Amino acid sequence: MRQNSILENITSVQLRSDIPDFRAGDTVKVFAKIVEGSRERIQLFEGVVIKRKGAGIQATYTVRKISSGVGVERTFALHSPRVEKIEVIRFGAVRRAKLYYLRALQGKAARIKERRRDV
Amino acid sequence: MTKGILGRKVGMTQVFTEIGELIAVTVVEATPNVVLQVKNAETDGYSALQLGYQDKRTVLSNKPEQGHASKANTTPKRYVREIRNAEGEFNAGDEIKVDTFEAGEYVDVTGITKGHGFQGNIKKDGQSRGPMSHGSRFHRRPGSMGAVINRVFKGKLLPGRMGNHKRTMQNVAIVHVDVENNLLLLKGNVPGANKSLLTVKSTVKVNAKHPEVKMAGVSTSAVTEEA
Repeated sequence: MRQNSILENITSVQLRSDIPDFRAGDTVKVFAKIVEGSRERIQLFEGVVIKRKGAGIQATYTVRKISSGVGVERTFALHSPRVEKIEVIRFGAVRRAKLYYLRALQGKAARIKERRRDV
Repeated sequence: MTKGILGRKVGMTQVFTEIGELIAVTVVEATPNVVLQVKNAETDGYSALQLGYQDKRTVLSNKPEQGHASKANTTPKRYVREIRNAEGEFNAGDEIKVDTFEAGEYVDVTGITKGHGFQGNIKKDGQSRGPMSHGSRFHRRPGSMGAVINRVFKGKLLPGRMGNHKRTMQNVAIVHVDVENNLLLLKGNVPGANKSLLTVKSTVKVNAKHPEVKMAGVSTSAVTEEA
């Protein structure tokens, strides 16, 4: 559905322009800002993007990593001001948009082939 | 003393607040309202501001309407509503803009809810249904009419028209006021369909404990600076 132009103008102020081009299957480093009491620090979350969802200000992406043997998934708002920056460290070649199948896989089976990019 | 403005529901979207949370907001467009008449206790028996919102074609108005509007040096308006015991001094012809409110304030929002037509008890009143199988023969009915006294008690929930009622939502937070585009951003939902008339008034139940919710990066550059 096309959004009303008034609604579009409101959210356009908050959209970020510094977001790298990445898709499901890519490995990213997310520099998330965390407030502890009064001070703010950066927490790194590195893993495979298993989905991107939504458009405009509502867009989100989910990053999955294996942390001490347990799968951890975090969903971030794409335009969130609480994310310092996103770094893409590996481009993956996958054949679907949502990589939910990774949840059932471990170790070697959960590897993703690297995508060739013509730059 | 209340402040008030008439507006139109544009629709809903999401914005980031100052602490970086993504919240749902309703956008209300309130192009400047015109004070059509100032009512006071001496002449009218009560004090109120009569506001007019949205111009309409003159062919849609009648002579009395045109005369009433011309007293305020304006054209007939599509919507005319009163705000009782309004705050501040106004004269007929003055404009009320969205800047009467500011972000962080709490308001009551009145609108007409979406009409759902004739609905059964389950959808309309939230009742539960009976078992669909095992020969129950009682699926989505309204249940017993009560004791046999040759009439049904008043207030017995029965199927009927649902929606299209005037409803007020109290304590709705104003997230952002866009004076330039005559827009109010309200936290959460408000009654009514898109494009329907809304009356926004300062809240009758002031609660000091309410947190201030404000939209982040309104000065255009703030978000990019942070990022």
